[in-house]
Amino acid sequence: MQAKTTILSLPTEEFVHPGTRACTGCGLAIAYRVGLKALGKNTILVVPPSCLTVLQGLFPVASTKLPCLNVTFASTAAAATGVLATLKSQGKTNIQVAAWAGDGGTSDIGLQALSGAAERGENFIYLCYDNEGYMNTGVQRSGTTPIGAITANTPFKGKLQQKKDVPAIMAAHHLSYVATCSAAYPLDLYDKIIRCKDMPGTKYFHIHIPCPPGWGYDPRYGIKVGRLAVETGYYDLYEIVNGEFKLTAASEKLVEKRKLVPVREYFRAQSRFKILTDEQIADIQNQIDAKWAAYYKKDE
Amino acid sequence: MYIIESGNVAAALGVRLCRANVIAAYPITPQTPVTERLSEYIEEGSMKAEYVPVESEHSALAVCIAASSTGARTFTATSANGLLYMHEQIHWAAGARLPLVMCVVNRAVGAPWNIWNDHQDSISQRDTGWIQMYCCDHQQILDSVIKAYWLAEKVSAPIMVCYDGFILSHTYMPFEVPQQEKVDAFLPPFRPDYALNPEEPASLNTVTLPDVRIDVHGELAHGYMEIRYLLQEELRTSLAVAAEAEKRFAEIFGRGGDPYIEPYRCDDADHIAVGLGSLTYQLRVSVDALRKEGIKVGVMGIRFYRPFPDAAIANALKGKKGVIVFEKALSYGYEGALASDLKSALYEHLAGTGHLPLVQNFIAGIGGREIRTDDLTQTLRAATQSRIAKEPTWIGLKL
Repeated sequence: MQAKTTILSLPTEEFVHPGTRACTGCGLAIAYRVGLKALGKNTILVVPPSCLTVLQGLFPVASTKLPCLNVTFASTAAAATGVLATLKSQGKTNIQVAAWAGDGGTSDIGLQALSGAAERGENFIYLCYDNEGYMNTGVQRSGTTPIGAITANTPFKGKLQQKKDVPAIMAAHHLSYVATCSAAYPLDLYDKIIRCKDMPGTKYFHIHIPCPPGWGYDPRYGIKVGRLAVETGYYDLYEIVNGEFKLTAASEKLVEKRKLVPVREYFRAQSRFKILTDEQIADIQNQIDAKWAAYYKKDE
Repeated sequence: MYIIESGNVAAALGVRLCRANVIAAYPITPQTPVTERLSEYIEEGSMKAEYVPVESEHSALAVCIAASSTGARTFTATSANGLLYMHEQIHWAAGARLPLVMCVVNRAVGAPWNIWNDHQDSISQRDTGWIQMYCCDHQQILDSVIKAYWLAEKVSAPIMVCYDGFILSHTYMPFEVPQQEKVDAFLPPFRPDYALNPEEPASLNTVTLPDVRIDVHGELAHGYMEIRYLLQEELRTSLAVAAEAEKRFAEIFGRGGDPYIEPYRCDDADHIAVGLGSLTYQLRVSVDALRKEGIKVGVMGIRFYRPFPDAAIANALKGKKGVIVFEKALSYGYEGALASDLKSALYEHLAGTGHLPLVQNFIAGIGGREIRTDDLTQTLRAATQSRIAKEPTWIGLKL
């Protein structure tokens, strides 16, 4: 494994202009900026409608310095396939194709095209930035909204169902690389993109993206909230390389520490979970503890 | 070289001759043999292209849209519900001004399920900004595919080449397969003004505001409305470009005629039957029979449905007593879309001249219901004697 990138060794070349249309404190703005550094100049992007469409600017102004194809909501991975097929027919093998889609565009409406592309083994990187709801349309529930979260269409009771485990779905496609990341750990995202770039077939990234207006916290606390999700063991950072699961980065360190921050701290840092009762939080804590007990056991 | 093959194979041969680079398709009856044949050409090495077996029609067009945006000549084909499943992408391809060519092997749409031929699928895509060509036989299928690539790339608009499911797609007839050199002489390689590439980054299809906006160089950039206006303007202009295509095609291949309409015994006719696709060839038999009875009737096939060649059609129908429109589709709640469009063209070009013909509308062959030539002859005979336009009349209905 190569040396870990630090803030000092991160390339200085920027592919996202300053002054994007993202909300103040947007987690995606961090992940996108650093993610594009890892993808590099020789990249073609594919983006469906999502917060990223807004971040990228309004015609004729673009905030991204890479070529980008905006496509319909359900077609992201198929569109990436079309770019790839053309590059292949032109004999261009050195251009990276990367799709960035939101959680709704991935776990709900885009899942069929993504599954098709992954099954065909299309050679591109798919990055799902998961802010856990349809934030661009005003915070509606998506397949990856967690249980208990209040959204615009789960207004009083919060979402009653579990978060869809998209990385597991993608791992079931026998991919060479599946990784989870968080905007709160951008250098981990950078290193993971670099690591998988030359791996064959479809590479899948699931990136946890704190969202100030959607989650209900002061924009200055985005990194703190994102880190709490990991430090509480609620959201795990891992890689699945050719089927081998391994906790990484901050989550790996939690195994060594054998100590998690109580999940209550994560929930209480955001207004979207305000209806969760102490009992419900205790329930979720038990589930997290059981999950981590298995991780500890594996480590012994 | 003349061969005897199916209409679907005629389409596949046309695509191979046009050297499409990227083909994406999802199976649906009666389209499947086109793309099966193309996958055979690619696997056996007689065609150099990428074949993407996508998981849906929505994705088939997504692949074509993205491939075309990256500089590839693309192809896909579909039918009925497959076409409807593409609907969002169909609009997108036109708005993005991509020169896609797609064969629509016409089939009835559900519900209820029905795999047989009518035109409801492609007619329902009329208002999407695609050019629509209709074919009457296998030679027209092959030739239309070749013309379609040239025209699409010339005017930056996508084209549907429509032909009747089973009636043309699965029947065998002789047709000429042109030499590769001739097709290459007719159709140069695809060279788009812009193709996605990291050397020259651009963001395509970004959010565009209702009003115009200044770009970073101080130039005024189009608003959404200007972009859509240009689509309309350039589609209207493409009628003239289609005539150029027809002329060039005739010079190189020695085949062709009127680019917009295909008249048969129309010159001295009092009444003209009008339709799309193979039905108009069947109507020729009825016309011949009625001519023997001394009834002066002709038939006119419409080869371009969008953009609508309104002037050419009105000119051809000027001074006729009656126009009898036969359609395998309708705008539910009113009448056949072609009948409406035709009346609109006649009104626009002939109102006040005293030469407005009476227009009657007949609906036939819905869901593949057999259209008996005797019924067509009888309908046509009665229509020439009628003096009133009625609600669309369904032929062969058993109620």
